[in-house]
Parts: sequence; structure tokens; C-alpha cells
Amino acid sequence: MDKAFIQRRRRDLVVAAFLTAIAAVVPMFVKDVYVQNIMVLTLMYGALSQSWNILSGYCGQISLGHALYFGLGAYTTAILFTKFGVLPWFGMLSGGVLSAIIAMALGYPCFRLGGHYFVIATIVIAEITLLLFHNWDWAGAALGIDIPVRRDSWVTFQFTRSKLPYFYFALALACVAWFVTWWLEDSKWGYWWRAVKDNPIAAESLGVDVFNSKMGAAAVSAFLVAIGGSFYAQFVSYIDPESVMGFQFSLLMALPAVLGGIGTLWGPLLGAAILIPLTELTRSYIGGSGRGVDLIVYGGLIIAISLARPQGLVSLFSRKPKPAANQVREAVAS
Amino acid sequence: MGLLYGLIAVGLALIFGLMDVVNFAHGEFLMIAMYATFFLFAFFALDPLLSAPLVAAALFIFGAVVYLLIVRFAVRAKANTGMVQIFSTFGLAVLMRGVAQYFFTPDYRSIPHSWLGGKTISIAGIYLPQPQLIGALIAIAAFAGLYFFIHRTDFGRALEATREDAGAVALVGIDKNKVFALGWGLGAALVGLAGAVMAIFFYVFPDVGASFATIAYVTVALGGFGSVFGAFAGGIVVGLVEAITTLILPPSLKTVGIYGVYLLVVFVRPRGLFGSI
Repeated sequence: MDKAFIQRRRRDLVVAAFLTAIAAVVPMFVKDVYVQNIMVLTLMYGALSQSWNILSGYCGQISLGHALYFGLGAYTTAILFTKFGVLPWFGMLSGGVLSAIIAMALGYPCFRLGGHYFVIATIVIAEITLLLFHNWDWAGAALGIDIPVRRDSWVTFQFTRSKLPYFYFALALACVAWFVTWWLEDSKWGYWWRAVKDNPIAAESLGVDVFNSKMGAAAVSAFLVAIGGSFYAQFVSYIDPESVMGFQFSLLMALPAVLGGIGTLWGPLLGAAILIPLTELTRSYIGGSGRGVDLIVYGGLIIAISLARPQGLVSLFSRKPKPAANQVREAVAS
Repeated sequence: MGLLYGLIAVGLALIFGLMDVVNFAHGEFLMIAMYATFFLFAFFALDPLLSAPLVAAALFIFGAVVYLLIVRFAVRAKANTGMVQIFSTFGLAVLMRGVAQYFFTPDYRSIPHSWLGGKTISIAGIYLPQPQLIGALIAIAAFAGLYFFIHRTDFGRALEATREDAGAVALVGIDKNKVFALGWGLGAALVGLAGAVMAIFFYVFPDVGASFATIAYVTVALGGFGSVFGAFAGGIVVGLVEAITTLILPPSLKTVGIYGVYLLVVFVRPRGLFGSI
């Protein structure tokens, strides 16, 4: 194994531990509820985007329908809790497993599609599910589900007085998503995925099981996104189809990864750390007029960043590898 | 109605299919065209049918400018070209929606009376709303024109050749940017036409494009990328499916039928009905 690579992975782990420690003490100094709210959302979208990145970034299957799994997670938790009294923790787990199974069931026909056909299929499937939930009376239809307030505790995973528990859960979720990515990056699966992304035909000819590696990526990705969805349902304690399954969630999962660097370990978190506070701040400070200035700023930024840094902001941090020609020249000179 | 979807989809088919660039702002192009039609009516009392060519011309310029200012750079990106395209055009869509909200306010507007609005015509005992009928005729004409244009003119061939191999095309003296800018202009002009017709019988508001855009993507993909005829056929299929679904399902589920048919088609034929890429 490449020595520099092992060193880089160790350094990543240390940096991650360091950042987590810093993040964990921040709420002790930041008491403002509004800011805490933004931090929770940032961590949540970071985790979601990290999960999206597994399927779309590493494995190269661009999905713009991940809102489906987000919504399934949210709905499973909420329905199990309100109708059957099942604690959110089990709901979360069942939502994740259900989403993973559905992701594989959908992947079976969808992964044969290439390029735009696949992207459109993901959008369309999420839209169909959204419309079905809109018309499904038992699941609250368009009115959605109000999660009844019980007492604050970790058992029911409800906290009405403080946002801190949510913050720590979101932090844990982001850590888990990051760690899963970190771990998978150097696993057999990680190498398969990158091979599938770069050139599926060549990968297949070298014995990579292309189809199953896409299925694996979809399952992991959907599972983690559904956990995020369950969390969101508990966090806002009210869900309706549009607010958990809308197309904007699919985009909000994809954007941070694209912004930060798609198919990279740090990209999604970095992207979320920039994008989500920006979204929230523009919305609350200049969006109040209802005249769309926030949209103008937001849209303009997306264009600017995606054009100026196609490989993502994370590339600002990496040292540029020398061009191969220079290395050869240096080797010859020495 | 199917042919109207077709009309919205032709412009997209040209940009999306022939240049292999996803324009996620397509719905917003439609929205701008509808506003243009509305304001021409409100200030100059110009009937949508008369303003349609003007709107198409304005959109032509707009499309070409968008290509030169944004898409040209997105296509040139060294890494993640596909993603950069998707997100730069998506950013444009958000931006345009914001601008529309800022200047036009989020109010719903409509053209209260025009030559064709609300009138019906009876053909062999079947009453058809006139605006939709005119829209359908324009759609057929636009498809025929585009088909002829792509396959019979030098520019059409240049467009197709440029998509296939930009490098080789440069060697024979075709300016890629010029060809693509014109292609974008043309695609936008077609949407302009669609917008002008739509404005006769549909409300105009900043988010109007979103719902039509998804259907337009599905229409193009259903027909298959790279095929103008495919987009036309896709439009007809989508229209028929929508009509049938409204008969058997509640109206709020009407798009489910369209989406379902798309999935069925691509699962059986992964390149759409007539797709070449």
C-alpha cells in the first residue's frame, strides 16, 4: 500500500476527531437558539450529503431522488410512533432498513439505465411517491402527521425545551456518515465504486461486479439518508409530504457535495458548512421581504461556484500534485 | 394538450438531446416567455398570437446569451462536467425565479381576454378549445420545421456534427461556440413560442415553469435523446397518458400516469422510444 495514502487517511481521522471535539463544545458558548438551529441543520445536511455522496459521488450514479429515502425515514418513524406507539429509535432503524430494501428494489431496474435516463428516473420515482403520499389518507395525505408531544427524554427522542440533544444527535450522525465513508473509501467496495464510476465496462471486464456494487452503494446511501429523515421528523415534529419528500431535499442533499467536492471525503461536510448557514441567513435577513432576493443571491452563488471550482471547494485545501512531466524531469536531473 | 407538452419539449429536445446539455432552467425560460407575453398584452394590448414571434425572437437572444455567459464555461469544465452543467443551469433557474419574484411579484396573473381565449371550435361534433388547438398546430409546424432544419440544412448538420466530435468540427472550420449559441437560441425561441401560446389559457407566476419542466424532461427522455421525432412522439404519448389517467384516477394523480409510463418505457427500452444516445 502507498505510504502517503496511509498517512493521509490517518491524518483525516485525526482531523475528524479534532473537528468533532471542537463542534462538541461549541454549544457551550453559543446559547442563541437561532444559531443552534442553523448548526443542527448544517450537521444534518452534511450527514445527508455525505450519504448521497456514497452513491452519486463515489459510485457515480447521480440521483436527484434521494428525497424519497429521506421522506420514507421520516414517515416510517412518524407513522410507527403515532399509530402503533413504537419508539422513534426503532422507527428510525426500520425506516433505514425499509429504505435500503426499497433502494435495492428500485435499483434492480434502474441501474440498467445510463446518464440522463437514470437521473430522470430517480426524479420521477421520488415525485410519484410524493404524489402517492399526498393522496394516502391513512398516512395523513396532504395534511401530514403531527407528532404528539410527550415528555422530554431520550427515550421518546423529543426535546421541546432545548435544541442541544438534537445538536448532539446530528453531530453523531455526521460523524457516522463521515466514518462510514472513510472506512468504505479504502475497502473493496470503495475501489469497486470508483472503478464503476470511471469506466463501468473496463471494471466489468476486470471482474468487478458492477451491478451489485451499485446496489451496495444504493443500500448504504439510502439507509443513512433515511436515518437523517427520521431525525428530521423528530426535530420539526410535524411532517407533510411536501416538507419531507419534496424535490428541494434531493437538491439540498446533492448541492453541498457538489459545492464541496463530489466523490471526496470532506467535500459534503465542507459544502454543507458553507451552503446551509448561507441559505438560512439569506432567507432570514433578506428573504423576509418575500421578493426573492434570497433566491437571487443563492442562485447566483451556485452558478459562480460551480463554474469557478468544478472540482469542488475541497480542492482549495489539497496541495497540487506536480504535473507528471515535471516529476520525470526532476527524476532525470537528480 | 399532448402536443403542447411536445411544443415545450421540442426546445428542450434541441438543447438537451442534440447538444447533450441538461438545461434545468428550461421551465424558467418558459416562465419568462409567458411573462413577456403577458406584459406585451398588458402594456401594448398586443394579442398573444401577434406577440408570439416577438417573444420567440427575444428568447432567441436570451438563450444565446445564456449559452455564451454560463453554459459555454460549464461545458468546458475539466472535472465533473455533467454535474457542473446540472448545477449551473439549476442555479440559473433559482436566480431567474428570484428575479421574477423581485420584479413581477409572486402574484398570479392572467390574460383576461384575447382573440382565442375561452373560445371553442367544433370539429365533427367534438368541441375543442381554440388556444389548445392553435398550440397543437404550432407544435406540429415547429416539429416539422426543426426536423427539416436538423436534417436538411448545413447548420443542422453542423450542430449534430459538433455534438459528436467538437475537435474534428473545429478542424473543418466550424466555430463550436457559434453553433451552440445559435442552437441554444433556437431552443429558447421554441420555448418562447410555447410560452406565448400557454399564456393565453394558463396563469403566469414565478414558479409556473417547474411543473411543466419535469414533464418536458420526461417527454424528451421518453422519446429518446438525440431524436427530434422522438420528442414529438413523446409529447403525444404524454398527452394521451395524461388524458387516460384523469379518467381513471383522481386529478391530483394525473402526473403519476405520465411518470409511470416513462419508467415502463425506459425499463424495457433504456434509450427511450427513438433514442440514439
